[in-house]
Amino acid sequence: MKQLSLATGTKNKWFKTLLNDVLRDRYLYLLLIPALAHLLIFRYSPMFGLKIAFLDYNAFKGVGGSEWVGLEHFITFFQGPYVWRLIRNTLIINIYSLVFSFPAPLIIALAFNELKPSSKIRKVGLGISYMPHFISSVIIVGIAISVLSPSTGVLNNIRSLMGLDRIYYLNDAKYFRTIYTTMNIWKSAGFGSIIYIAALAGVDQHLYEAVDIDGGGRWAKLFHVSIPSIAPTIIIMFIMRMGNMFETGYESIMLLYSPNTYETADVIQTFVYRNGIQNFQYSFASAVGLFQSLVGLVLVYLANLISRRVSEVSLW
Amino acid sequence: MSHNEIKNKISISEISYVFLYRFIIILIVSATLYPIIFVLSSSLSSPVEVGKGTITLLPKGITFAAYKHVLRSENIWIGYKNTIVYTIFGTIFSTITTLCAAYALSKPRLRGRSCFMFLFAFTMWFQGGMIPTYLVIKDLGLLNNRWVMILPGLCGAYYMILMRTYFQSVPSALEESAKIDGANDLYIMFKIFIPLSIPAIVTIALYYAVIKWNAWFHAMLYLSDESKYPLQLFLRRILTQARMTEDEMAAIKKSSEISAETIQYATILVVILPMMTLYPFVQKYFVKGVMIGSIKG
Repeated sequence: MKQLSLATGTKNKWFKTLLNDVLRDRYLYLLLIPALAHLLIFRYSPMFGLKIAFLDYNAFKGVGGSEWVGLEHFITFFQGPYVWRLIRNTLIINIYSLVFSFPAPLIIALAFNELKPSSKIRKVGLGISYMPHFISSVIIVGIAISVLSPSTGVLNNIRSLMGLDRIYYLNDAKYFRTIYTTMNIWKSAGFGSIIYIAALAGVDQHLYEAVDIDGGGRWAKLFHVSIPSIAPTIIIMFIMRMGNMFETGYESIMLLYSPNTYETADVIQTFVYRNGIQNFQYSFASAVGLFQSLVGLVLVYLANLISRRVSEVSLW
Repeated sequence: MSHNEIKNKISISEISYVFLYRFIIILIVSATLYPIIFVLSSSLSSPVEVGKGTITLLPKGITFAAYKHVLRSENIWIGYKNTIVYTIFGTIFSTITTLCAAYALSKPRLRGRSCFMFLFAFTMWFQGGMIPTYLVIKDLGLLNNRWVMILPGLCGAYYMILMRTYFQSVPSALEESAKIDGANDLYIMFKIFIPLSIPAIVTIALYYAVIKWNAWFHAMLYLSDESKYPLQLFLRRILTQARMTEDEMAAIKKSSEISAETIQYATILVVILPMMTLYPFVQKYFVKGVMIGSIKG
């Protein structure tokens, strides 16, 4: 009996301090409300809306009236003709990006790091290389279409000067991945170099002097000082990139592809768009989207776990 | 090996190094600029030369007819007006919402802080996806409503965390002395923290502005009236030529001064020009954003 009242006593006390703290910070909670409301409406309610992936959703019957079908849409997807093409394309585009787009910012940073921080060329050159990051995908695809156009694009103009046939690059599935990857490097390699440039600025200058004393040249400085010094940054960026292996820049793919190039260009997200938004198969498309999100979640989680082990840097 | 030979060998490797990094720098800068220069030159060339496919670097048979045509088209101005409205209001609302949440969550004493932080951070890992989000927006009656360009992107978790990191770097002694003078949280936020965080706030506002200015997929999903289209959607339609209006086709047929291609090229330039003129002045803020992001709070 005595113990019980003691327990409720501490509980009351705990509740009282909580109430006091909340009242004390009332303005802070007030400040939080708009963002929280946004979060719940536009981020969390779609998550709960994911249950339509397990329903035979009908817009007239609503979520409540639609029939429960369990995993049927997932089974349809995995038995369908496109599943492996979609997964293959999603992964191959990411592998292309890992092999070609990942090292590009590093090379840019190392090259510009050779110029003094006060150098005008360095400032202007880097400024120019960051710029495409801020150009919309519609314009970037527009530029790509212009450059690759079979009749008026510069690539074909040069081919024709050399007496070669003009090629309709964007209509040929075998060029799609190269075009997409090149476009992405053009867009984001420069801006991606900022993180490495910052890391290079933090390298201890005495290490370079030590190489001088040892009689080493600039290559020695590159391979024995610069690259090892920023290796932790490179590793973290690499692990984080691995966490996105199941994501694609579907917005630009959607602008760039056509039924002729689906064979190499169609990825899970574009498939979701066509089936969900264009064909109104809300439930089926949600199921496919959920499959991608779940795989993505696992990959990001693993990447964070590894990154925390390696360096104590993580998103949390 | 004699002493001289070693010296020679070193200097050859030194020279090759200098040559290589200079070559890479020239390559980066020219590869970034060249596609834009090509589009610019083509847009200024006569449609005959463009049609023959002879443009490689410089314009041939200079004409401004394509620009005149683009700037006369009503759609460009509707698009510009809408994009400017969405960008200005979207940026203001997003920045304020983000700022307020970031300030509240930068205080370690706030009850439930880690729980709220998790709610924000989780959205960077997992989202409902395209279709469920579409259905929520449809249920809210936001389809084909201008607010759809502003509300769903109100607060980005990443930018909130960025701003919060910055607020946390402001010395807490400033807050404590103001508290002793009897100031409340709102006063402290507006009079102490915000004035000290202007560069970070500008950075975040600029990032939001770029997102809003470039938004097209969102607009394509949710807007159906052309009168509400942002610039990017009109540009997209011009690029996928198939859907050119009959008026435009007629205008092209009448004139030998313009062609579908030169109009395309000129439109691209008209759309990126404002951004490219502003860019040099705001570039340093974008770099700053990456720097704040890389320091973990």
